[in-house]
Amino acid sequence: MTAPNHRWRNFKNTLMQTIAFLCAILVVVPLFLVLYHLIKQGFSSINFAFFTQLPKPVGESGGGMANAIVGTFILLAQAAVFGVPVGVLGGVFLSEYGSSRLNRWIRFAADVLNGVPSITWGMVVYALVVVPMHGYSALAGGIVLGMMMIPLVMRTTEEVLQLVPGGYREAALALGIAKWRAIVQIVVRTALKGIITGILLALARVAGETAPLIFTALGNQFWTHKLTEPISAMPLQIFAYAISPYDDWHRQAWAGALVLVMFVLVINISVRLLTRDRFHHNT
Amino acid sequence: MDVTIKQPVAAQPSIQEHGETVALALRNLSVFFGDNHALKNVSLDITAKAVTAIIGPSGCGKSTLLRALNRMHELNPGARVEGEIRLFGDDIYSRAVEPVIVRRRVGMVFQKSNPFPTMSIAENVTVGLRLNGIGGRKMLAERTEQSLRMAALWDEVKDRLHAPAVSLSGGQQQRLCIARALAVQPEVLLMDEPASALDPLATSKIEDLILELKKDYTIVIVTHNMQQAARMSDFTAFLYLGELIEFDTTANIFASPSKKQTEDYVTGRFG
Repeated sequence: MTAPNHRWRNFKNTLMQTIAFLCAILVVVPLFLVLYHLIKQGFSSINFAFFTQLPKPVGESGGGMANAIVGTFILLAQAAVFGVPVGVLGGVFLSEYGSSRLNRWIRFAADVLNGVPSITWGMVVYALVVVPMHGYSALAGGIVLGMMMIPLVMRTTEEVLQLVPGGYREAALALGIAKWRAIVQIVVRTALKGIITGILLALARVAGETAPLIFTALGNQFWTHKLTEPISAMPLQIFAYAISPYDDWHRQAWAGALVLVMFVLVINISVRLLTRDRFHHNT
Repeated sequence: MDVTIKQPVAAQPSIQEHGETVALALRNLSVFFGDNHALKNVSLDITAKAVTAIIGPSGCGKSTLLRALNRMHELNPGARVEGEIRLFGDDIYSRAVEPVIVRRRVGMVFQKSNPFPTMSIAENVTVGLRLNGIGGRKMLAERTEQSLRMAALWDEVKDRLHAPAVSLSGGQQQRLCIARALAVQPEVLLMDEPASALDPLATSKIEDLILELKKDYTIVIVTHNMQQAARMSDFTAFLYLGELIEFDTTANIFASPSKKQTEDYVTGRFG
């Protein structure tokens, strides 16, 4: 065993470590680039009017995205109403009921659905909801986001339920507690924080969806309070402004993008806090 | 190793003293998991208000036998039972009987203590009642104290009933699980190696508790620990490869077993 041999090995080791480190840095760089540009370009355009006023017509400067911000919340609320019950109950079924054969197929289908391009979802809901209702609507937008949430929520719910030790299920059943009650009051309750985490992450994921909304919610320059009418959403408004030829609208688009990213960031940070608490809680 | 000793199918010789009640009567009980014949043709009578120990090497069917007594084995997909178990005369495998009802009458404590982590000490004790829709506030409070006293835990936790159950020590958690099982007032208490995960001090507390509990309850305990079986039980069943090799008073099993295999096992020659 000669020294040069060692030196060559050490060199290879250092080289590979450096490459791996650079790759890891490469992953983080875009995040900071995006944040940097958003803050640089968008921060100056965020003002009170941005949160309180409607978009101004072409040619007038000022205005805001109030209707799009509210619209995003309305769409997300609907998405939660459609997506959460189906997703959570589906996850409970996968984890607690069903045969392994059937569940394997359902799981596979859910994973495929998670990979379906979002514009496809938009087209499906366009055919299922928009065409029969003869028009774009907030309802269609809520449905498409809800449908996209279902496989996400279902899989995370299943995963966190599987983390609940089987001993709790056995202990509950051995007390003569009915199975569904044991699942709802003991298994789901034990995994509740994880389930909520999954729901929040799914909401954060669909909050920025644009393509499916083009086919469903369409967008709206005005306030709307009817679910049967087209509604504005932040991604739609950002898209519309960003492809426009006006500098003022570009600034608004930057501001909108910044607010949307901050919103998603807040969700992710809340998830962090939730899960950190969970690790403290468990033994 | 080939086992040639066959259990006589009928007329298990009764070892009960005259006048003692039989809590659980097993007749030709077989348990299958798919094609695996895990328990073979077991017949025995478990005496009320006494401790019956089930001993035998790993994989001999001890836990399977125990879990068949409150139908917990049904949680395993493909589990199937032949034969009969009567709980104070009632056929627990009758079509009309729900497993939930059987489990309320036959409680169970597991090897690994498993208090519910989302619940306080008091909530853990009463969970079996509350989730079955039983009890007002006063009744639950009374039952909490009564069960914790029976489980010899009351004095240690009475000032922090609303603390998380997982804040207790391992031995305390196991006694909490016993209190939880007692709170639904079962007739029989099954214990699957209840002390095997505990330190010697906590183990001796559990053993004292079991001796105390047998005044009111029928107890069936699975144990790996021969000394524990000898110390605590009134009757002992020795299982090997799914068959009941011998069932007798504990004194007889350990002092003068009638089967060679039993003697080899209790003297530590195999297993």
